[in-house]
Amino acid sequence: MSNKYINILIPIIAVLLGLIAGAIIMLISGYNPIAGYAALWNGAFGQTFYIGETLRQATPYIFAGLAVAFAFRTGLFNIGVEGQLLVGWIASVWVGLAFDLPKIIHLPLAILAAMIAGALWGFVPGFLKARLRVHEVIVTIMMNYIALHVTNYLVRNVLSKQKDSTAHIHNSASLHSDFLQKITDFSTLHNGLYLAIIAAIIMWFLLEKTTKGFELRSVGFNQHASHYAGMNVNRNIVQSMVISGVFAGLAGAMEGLGTFGYAFLQPDFSGIGFDGIAVALLGGNTSIGVVIAALLFGALRVGSLNMPIEANVPNELVEIVIALIIFFVASSYIIKWAIGRFKREAK
Amino acid sequence: MNFMTALEIIVSSSLLVAAPLIFTALGGVFSERAGVVNIGLEGLMIIGAFTSIVFNLTFAKTFGPATPWLGLLVAMIVGGIFALIHGLASITFRADQTVSGVAINFLALGLAVFLVKKWYGKGQTDMIVQNFRKIDIPGLSHIPIIGDLFFKNVTYASYLAIIISFVVWYVIYKTPFGLRLRSVGEHPMAADTMGINVIRMRYVAVFLSGVFGGVGGAVYAQTITLDFSHATITGQGFMALAAMIFGKWHPLGAMGAALFFGFAQSLSIVGDQIPFLKDIPSVYLLIAPYVLTILALAGFVGRAEAPKADGIPYIKGQR
Repeated sequence: MSNKYINILIPIIAVLLGLIAGAIIMLISGYNPIAGYAALWNGAFGQTFYIGETLRQATPYIFAGLAVAFAFRTGLFNIGVEGQLLVGWIASVWVGLAFDLPKIIHLPLAILAAMIAGALWGFVPGFLKARLRVHEVIVTIMMNYIALHVTNYLVRNVLSKQKDSTAHIHNSASLHSDFLQKITDFSTLHNGLYLAIIAAIIMWFLLEKTTKGFELRSVGFNQHASHYAGMNVNRNIVQSMVISGVFAGLAGAMEGLGTFGYAFLQPDFSGIGFDGIAVALLGGNTSIGVVIAALLFGALRVGSLNMPIEANVPNELVEIVIALIIFFVASSYIIKWAIGRFKREAK
Repeated sequence: MNFMTALEIIVSSSLLVAAPLIFTALGGVFSERAGVVNIGLEGLMIIGAFTSIVFNLTFAKTFGPATPWLGLLVAMIVGGIFALIHGLASITFRADQTVSGVAINFLALGLAVFLVKKWYGKGQTDMIVQNFRKIDIPGLSHIPIIGDLFFKNVTYASYLAIIISFVVWYVIYKTPFGLRLRSVGEHPMAADTMGINVIRMRYVAVFLSGVFGGVGGAVYAQTITLDFSHATITGQGFMALAAMIFGKWHPLGAMGAALFFGFAQSLSIVGDQIPFLKDIPSVYLLIAPYVLTILALAGFVGRAEAPKADGIPYIKGQR
């Protein structure tokens, strides 16, 4: 069995194992797993409205997944997508509120603001890693909490007058789409979906088809060899975190300019960034994989809301299933071992 | 309000907020000293908080005032067992330890809220009646000035946390067990050569991190929130992680950092009541622990360096 085949097989096995474990948990705790998963399916795909919601939820997941995947491919672990997303969200809403411009300028400007904010938040851990060899995982976690408190402060004191949320952004900065809403029975689906797909293509092109992408990947594989080959390792580390931050900031713009159209006080993280880690891992850190995994996670998250209504199952079940999927993907060593074992016995 | 009263409020609330951080950070020290990165501290706290609250609500009538202490004990055991999932994934299955930690956090929150909804029919439990109360420590609170400052309006848990830190320091730095634990985290191959069972050592360390994380969560839930919901533990585990790093992976350092972070947190909470602090926006105090940790890592506040083999799965025979 070729390596490529196994790499596709592992995520599928992980998802199946996760769903089976979820079913067992439902059985043990006295719920009907078939009814539970039927409710999940109906809540994600049952009506065109729900399909629209699933796609809308998948949009930021694609960006968050790309952010994590991009960093992974270049040998870095960006666990700071949550924070980069929040600053991107705030920056886009800020521009959306502060200016009154024609749409053709205003919308790109608001998106650009989110990109810059995310890039800045990614730059700090990248710089510290490149210059001082500080591990990026810890720094990005700390940056998450700094982002959470700073953005909450901004919502309350700068973007509103001691209120819990900002005003709605001007229409000229909105990603709102009449067409997409109409075909999905007035769900909250917005134009960001197109941007997400374009971003996935850009990441694929950048990593696979350009010299820069080759450099970034090679630094991820082996820093010493890359250094020996004359690549500037430090610069590549910083660039990688910055690009990753840009993707994450764009995920924030999806929420700020698309789904909500405003910013509000966050008691805790949105969870999109952490789910993005799962999306990237499940998608094998490739563009196409991330898009597929994001659709799956969008469906799981949106569909889960229907589970308590239709089957009386707490929607946290999906949280458990997602956690288990992450475990299984991360433990791919044992799955590979089991596949190898299985193959040998079959012979 | 005079200066002394202000100081008394700050000190007592700092100790209150710091106690769970100290316990959890000590858990982090155990695990990372043995070479297993533990981002899952947050999840372990969630499990501890959940277990203690459920136990407390169920058995408050039977055990009376002893309930919170017994809740602590149960949270220890459940936390330790739950942490073994992280051990299984990151030690035996050689999963990326950071990823496994992220999964632990998801799993803990999902499982705990799932069970709360199943058992109580709502997303939030009732308030517990038997909690860790603020007391004046007999004897010590009568010492002039110091007694008023440090021993009035405090909980036993805060002082227990400080005492345990010294115990942990002794265990890690003065006993054969501690030496083995550290050697497994610094150079597992050398440790293996000397006959130390690296895998077992790491499992023990991860188990202990669950025990301490569970205590941290239980103390937090039974002194501060007094109930359990999805929002009970929001970031305390990550702050404990920060305290561990800011304390340079050392038990006493972690305790000091946790006390300091507790101080910063309580300033941001009680700052409104204190005249000369009112003008500082609380956001500075809220982000202080995280900014300081980054600065410490960058070497501006004394360089913090992780154990050498932290985060690397041990594979026998691999060089």
